[in-house]
Amino acid sequence: MSEYNFAYLDEQTKRMIRRAILKGLAIPGYQVPFASREMPMPYGWGTGGVQVSAAILTPDDRFKVIDQGADDTTNAVSIRSFFERTANVATTTATEDASVIQTRHRIPEDTLTEDQVLVYQVPIPEPLRFLEPRESETRKMHSLEEYGLMHVKLYEDISRHGHIATSYAYPVKVEGRYVMDPSPIPKFDNPKLDDMAAIQLFGAGREQRIYALPPYTQVVSLDFDDHPFEASKADQICGLCGAADSYLDEVIVDDAGGRMFCCSDTDYCSRRRAAGHQGPAFPGSEVAA
Amino acid sequence: MTPLLSVQEISKSYGTHIGCADVSFDLYPGEVMGIVGESGSGKSTLLNCLAGHIAPDFGRVVFDTRIDGPKDTVTMSEPERRMLGRTDWAFVHQHARDGLRMGVSAGGNVGERLMAVGERHYGDIRHKAADWLDRVEIDTDRIDDRPTTFSGGMQQRLQIARNLVTGPRLVFMDEPTGGLDVSVQARLLDLLRGLVRDMGLSAIIVTHDLAVVRLLADRLMVMKSGHVVEAGLTDQVLDDPQHAYSQLLVSSVLQV
Repeated sequence: MSEYNFAYLDEQTKRMIRRAILKGLAIPGYQVPFASREMPMPYGWGTGGVQVSAAILTPDDRFKVIDQGADDTTNAVSIRSFFERTANVATTTATEDASVIQTRHRIPEDTLTEDQVLVYQVPIPEPLRFLEPRESETRKMHSLEEYGLMHVKLYEDISRHGHIATSYAYPVKVEGRYVMDPSPIPKFDNPKLDDMAAIQLFGAGREQRIYALPPYTQVVSLDFDDHPFEASKADQICGLCGAADSYLDEVIVDDAGGRMFCCSDTDYCSRRRAAGHQGPAFPGSEVAA
Repeated sequence: MTPLLSVQEISKSYGTHIGCADVSFDLYPGEVMGIVGESGSGKSTLLNCLAGHIAPDFGRVVFDTRIDGPKDTVTMSEPERRMLGRTDWAFVHQHARDGLRMGVSAGGNVGERLMAVGERHYGDIRHKAADWLDRVEIDTDRIDDRPTTFSGGMQQRLQIARNLVTGPRLVFMDEPTGGLDVSVQARLLDLLRGLVRDMGLSAIIVTHDLAVVRLLADRLMVMKSGHVVEAGLTDQVLDDPQHAYSQLLVSSVLQV
């Protein structure tokens, strides 16, 4: 559509966002403030991720959007069609074909490559926020590397639940310096953050922050010596494709309380099924009927 | 002997209003200094200047650090000063709520300073926290309870445990017994006196309660309108006050 500038935002705004992205890449894990614009969607729907995507998209890109791992949920569909209309870029649901992937709450199961960029939608970028409400104080804590408080949160988890019960937005330390909120991805995905070949960009629209991980950055999940970090998932296999190594969603399938587990990454799951893999609840089996 | 803390000509004013002016004293290891005076006499301003919470307009606060020896804390870098604040220094607030994290369990409150200096073993942290709760006479069964469920006296004792867990050498106390009823005050003072003597702590205690300094302090400074009007050994100042204001202060205490 010619009424819009390429990818909706005006060129000056995109330059401003690119500056923030470059600064973020130069200081991995550091939250760079930027002048977040109002986008034609409500806060909480990925305004930060959309602005980052808009700033980095080129006409040659192939764009993929996932929401909780799925390509076909409301958020993913609407953001994909947004950029189809405003940037006229090619889109895909196949992880390996995409050059830019905008994601909410998941990292794809496939290993990403150096040719790809992963853009995260971030609701609350400050990992210390729920422990220390003052922005002035959290900034000082980041600048002086005072992260003892982060462990207080993990301590509270263990004392209350017997283990580290934080299962998403699990705090990480980047290159031994900044403590970072990886956005609400399940902690199952945390190991994928480490040493990833793709560029990872994090955009928080309402909170007006951008941060980034350049390729092959060291990312370590925080833990205690006697309670080490554990990337957990449901102890099941995918009911559709039978995968045992992917992150699973639990789905209620009927009114009688019937349930099954299936891959949250729909692209991964459908490719496995196309390749002939079958889970216990594949169409024709009892549960999916 | 090097003084642990050497305060030299500290002045702080708020516009034209004087907070404290030209205060100097030396504090030696193991010594407890009391600062008394009426409300608005500059006691808390002085204490906050010494503890690095506010920057004095003038003067030096030289602390004998473990590694580098005597160092001026006013001009040292902020990371260094904050590091002191969670290792060698402790600050006990008048209101326990200011010094505690009310949303975090008692054990987490005590453990915070340990984790802030790099302790990463949950079992050790918990063990030390339980040990300190015991030392301040809080039942170790309450380790996972939040301070909101504690009484005022328990909160104050928890605050003390949280501060002393890293083995500081200098403790700043701002009215540690304020707002507590007298029997709880007496227990707290007893506890504090024991801890100060056992650990060989140096302390600076700001209070308007003469009984507190009589029990805890070796030396006493009397402040009025931002100036130190009298200083000396506690018993000497309290039993034989020389300055008119000290005399007024001592004679104002109700005899029951």
